[in-house]
Amino acid sequence: MNVVVCVKQIPDPAAPPSLDSGTNNLSRTGKLILDDSDAYGVEMGLQLADSAGGGEVTLVSMAPNGETSGLRTGLAMGAAKAILISDETLAGTDALGTAKVLAAAIKRAEPDLILAATESSDGYTGTTPVQVAEILGLPSVTFAKKVEVTGESVKVERQTESGYDEVECPLPALVTVTAGVVEPRYPSFKGIMAAKSKPVENLTVADLGLDAGQVGAAGARQEITDVSAADARQAGEIVVDEGDGADRIVQFLEQLKVL
Amino acid sequence: MAIDKIWVLAEVADGKPITASLELISHARSLAGTVEAVAWGEDTAAVAGTLGEYGATVVHDVGDLSGALPGAPVAAALAAAVEAGGGPDAILFPATYDGRDIAGRLSAKLDRPVLTNVVGLNADDGGLSTQHAIFGGQQNVTAHFTGEGPGLFVIRAKSFPAEASGGGAAEVKALEAPDTGATNGARIVARHVEERTGPKLDEADVVVSGGRGLGQADQYALIEELATLLKGAPGASRAIVDAGWVPYSHQVGQTGKTVKPTVYLACGISGATQHLVGMKNSKNIVAINKDQDAPIFTVADLGIVGDVHKVVPKLIETLKARG
Repeated sequence: MNVVVCVKQIPDPAAPPSLDSGTNNLSRTGKLILDDSDAYGVEMGLQLADSAGGGEVTLVSMAPNGETSGLRTGLAMGAAKAILISDETLAGTDALGTAKVLAAAIKRAEPDLILAATESSDGYTGTTPVQVAEILGLPSVTFAKKVEVTGESVKVERQTESGYDEVECPLPALVTVTAGVVEPRYPSFKGIMAAKSKPVENLTVADLGLDAGQVGAAGARQEITDVSAADARQAGEIVVDEGDGADRIVQFLEQLKVL
Repeated sequence: MAIDKIWVLAEVADGKPITASLELISHARSLAGTVEAVAWGEDTAAVAGTLGEYGATVVHDVGDLSGALPGAPVAAALAAAVEAGGGPDAILFPATYDGRDIAGRLSAKLDRPVLTNVVGLNADDGGLSTQHAIFGGQQNVTAHFTGEGPGLFVIRAKSFPAEASGGGAAEVKALEAPDTGATNGARIVARHVEERTGPKLDEADVVVSGGRGLGQADQYALIEELATLLKGAPGASRAIVDAGWVPYSHQVGQTGKTVKPTVYLACGISGATQHLVGMKNSKNIVAINKDQDAPIFTVADLGIVGDVHKVVPKLIETLKARG
């Protein structure tokens, strides 16, 4: 079974995020790393290909400046190869534009199953995966907390507001996985070394047969008119617990008439 | 693009429209002369009264989906309505699992962008502008939608109050879902509802949440006990949900629930932006954390720098003694 995992290479979440002052796009100039949320999809893909007794995992990513460091992490975990779409015309591309690019690239890999995170950790629009599914004419199941492939279909436990639904869906299909669906493996030393020589196919927008007007800032049809700091909450009283912490909380709750 | 007509996706749970949809219908009244709802399910007529009471004059009924996940069929029905003309100038979706699926698919079908994480929506020069909270709510971005209508907006819960307008029942009109082919392959074969005692997390007056600072999974029992004593709901940070200590339905934050209780009590939660965006609009915030530099203290009205394993049991003991 061949699995494509959509992965995003994002600015290190440990560093404070910022907007580019000229374009108001998320600044993505520094080193990019594999989005933690995507490690779950990579792991799930590897496990599913493994239990199906064959097939491989292909990573698909769109990133600026030919960035591959996050892809190398996924390859070191065990993915066989990667497709990277990097093109100057993609700067400012929104979720739908991204989906068009990813869908065109995914098509080349002819997967049985496409996995993605429910949303990225930097932009978190959370719509790109279903947009990919719609463009490819595939069914989708989002928010999977358990994924099993049996023959020609995928069985998913899908998160709901009050519990979960068991959902069945014929393949090929797209599934988004929540964090915690599986425990991502740490790349081994051998894996890291092997990843250096695994193939990464570099593509441009033109290679995918897409029109530049459909992607980039022109495709986004949204104009940022203002960016401002949110109203900061008034800092309250911070006290060090000297054995009276619980009493302080009780007093506070009494003031609010919660008690 | 003048805004005359707005459609709101009205999700139904336990036989009632969800609050997030009623919030959107209420707010849409201030933006457009005509507000209509879109719903699906076995008995849409049963919710027409409530939808009308909040301001929807019509409810477009996609009908029973026979166990299909709503994403593909409801998006197809909406796309057909838009393409037929005379449709809405904007469609508002609650940021729920199904709301996002439907909005995403519709966006791809219509080749129009969908604006997500919206926390404010206003009429401006003949169109709509949106507010988005980014970076965990530390910054607000205002954007103007420049594309051809309808604008598609996915809006976070509790961005607007739900206020009844006293309207009569909405008129139910059938909305045909065209053949969706392979995209509509997913079927729900069984539903599991987790048992819950006490109020719902996103409606509770008091929320007591636990985080990594609890140390281990069994310590979450303290959070549940404290929540019960305060007649509140237990919540959790993403860290302990990912670690498998508690179900996802308990998660407060960007990827979980948005809560605005009278009191939010954060126990052993550092306050990652992921978490803050889901709770920082609570009316009062109390935080217990042993690290005095934890970001949670920047939003706390009362911060206790201390060990949750000491403070929380003592709090439970005190509350029990009060009876």
